[in-house]
Amino acid sequence: MSKLKYALYTGCTARESTPELLSSTMAVANKLGIELVLLDEASCCGASHLQDFDDFLSLVLNARNICYAEKLGLPMVTICNTCQINTVMTKERLDSDPELKAKVNEKLKEVGLEYKGTVSVRHFLYALIDDYGLDKIREKVVRPLSHLNVAPFYGCHNIRPSHLHHKHNKPLPIELGVEDGGGYESFTTEEFMEKYTHENPYNPTSLDRLIEALEGNSVDYESKNKCCGFHVDLQAPKTSNALSGTALTEAMDNGADVMVTPCPLCQLNLDLKQESAGKQLGRDIELPVLHLPQLMALALGCSLEEIGLKRNVTKATHLYA
Amino acid sequence: MSEAKRKVTLKVFRFNAETDYLPTYKTYEMEIGKDELILDLLNRIKWEHDGSFSYRRSCRHGICGACGIKVNGRATLSCKQNAMELVELFGDELVFEPQSKKRAIKDMIIDKGDFWEKHAAIKPYVETEVDPHPKSETIMSKEQVENFLDADYCIQCGSCHYACPVIEVNEDYLGPAAFAAAYRFTVDPRDNAGRERLEITAELGSGVWDCVKCFECAEACPKDVNPIEKITKLHNLQFEKGVAKRNVATKHAEGFVRSIKKFGYLDEQDIVLYSEGLGVVKHLSEALKMIKAGKVHPFDIFKKKMPRSKNLDEIKKLIDISQTNQL
Repeated sequence: MSKLKYALYTGCTARESTPELLSSTMAVANKLGIELVLLDEASCCGASHLQDFDDFLSLVLNARNICYAEKLGLPMVTICNTCQINTVMTKERLDSDPELKAKVNEKLKEVGLEYKGTVSVRHFLYALIDDYGLDKIREKVVRPLSHLNVAPFYGCHNIRPSHLHHKHNKPLPIELGVEDGGGYESFTTEEFMEKYTHENPYNPTSLDRLIEALEGNSVDYESKNKCCGFHVDLQAPKTSNALSGTALTEAMDNGADVMVTPCPLCQLNLDLKQESAGKQLGRDIELPVLHLPQLMALALGCSLEEIGLKRNVTKATHLYA
Repeated sequence: MSEAKRKVTLKVFRFNAETDYLPTYKTYEMEIGKDELILDLLNRIKWEHDGSFSYRRSCRHGICGACGIKVNGRATLSCKQNAMELVELFGDELVFEPQSKKRAIKDMIIDKGDFWEKHAAIKPYVETEVDPHPKSETIMSKEQVENFLDADYCIQCGSCHYACPVIEVNEDYLGPAAFAAAYRFTVDPRDNAGRERLEITAELGSGVWDCVKCFECAEACPKDVNPIEKITKLHNLQFEKGVAKRNVATKHAEGFVRSIKKFGYLDEQDIVLYSEGLGVVKHLSEALKMIKAGKVHPFDIFKKKMPRSKNLDEIKKLIDISQTNQL
């Protein structure tokens, strides 16, 4: 296999309040020999809020981000579920609507860019599983997580809506290697089951399989594919606390030592709001919540600094011991 | 599909609110064929196993919206869903539950009162002055019809409503089906109640700003109405029509432009300060936790620690020439 190389769209959180996500992502890529080229020109995806204020502006900014991956000719990977869905929703709309694409390109032309639709956009989680492979990850484990019960929290925007997940996150076709940009069209009339074959939103398995590849014990609990409530945290904290608190207590009641998520917005909400969610639910909540690359970095033998466990709000440094 | 027939176990929620203290799950085993629908299995439970088993059904053509249940947690319109497909998806044990267990009246039948009340609250009809003696038909253009998107396909089955997590934790929330209907009638060129509907759906607590953006509604809908898309449309219409009031939610959405213009990235501290105003004090305990973990930098007045996108001028220019809405 030729060396895997991707354009990494970090999003805002990894460069601000969760620097541990970026450092652990780079450390994991380094251990596995994957090359990540940072898209430093990219802007915020709008985090699913900008589009509520100004849908067209959101499309233009997201299209611009993709343009920079296209310029590099590299498939884009994301490390945030919300970046992922905002980017692929933009891609989907522009690729299927030539008129809209022309309107967006009219604006992009003013800054010398053009959106073509030639690169794929996937979450790094699926690039790791489908391009690199779980067996090869297992071979690289130096600190097996066999002593840990790990509760996977999938995060909505990676698994729903399933047709978007399926179309954009499934593995690249073999004839189109990732080094070719991996852009392809798949306008098909698929059978009902088809959209659930890569990840079933009602019973997702990718994180569970990855946890097991790191030799950890994955914890089954009902909320693992549910919403954490992050997006209404400001305007409806009660809703947010009810959802995050339910997920955390369910994971704890099922014996979890730690929770892991591929989304930094879920991570922030679940890590930071344990006290307020606990107060609302009348429960003591204390459960370390790691970013997916942090858990991987732990098993692959990265340094404490790279894993960034000191940056987690709920105490997590003991996991390194 | 693989074999022609398959033996499956149905684990079925049984409850009679008039007589039972708690629900139970009863198990029925049967061999099913490749063409059977979930509705056929409901019928077979009643006809072959237990005549007291209760569920709603009517048209059998995916249009009356009566027979919605949950199978292994997945919203399912019984008469439209092939059973073998769900066996392929979930294995040989299928769990049948009502759309909402806490609203169960008898077995699969729930009290859908909250759904209908909320649906009615957004005026799900065209409100207009009708000329009793029109001289010609009211003809809509292709564009005007396409503007409904697919909102008109809704059959009020409740699949999205009872898949929505906010409905479960906030009793005031109107929910995805009501919002899809609000959108459908608001963009109808014959209608005069659009502004009123936008005001209703702009309310904090009950309106679209309380949507958690989980896409459960889009996933649940058997008619591909994609309610969350209509929710985004309603958000945008609030700004387009000048209905949006300045509050924590609208400032949160608009505040992204302010940040992105300055840095390319979202200024996470500024967005909270800007959206909340004085209300920011309630985040003090969490702010302290973040400072302790080195996640935020409260004394970084000159924003030296804020990352900045490369080619920031491009982003500023694109915002200037592309922004269409104002708060």
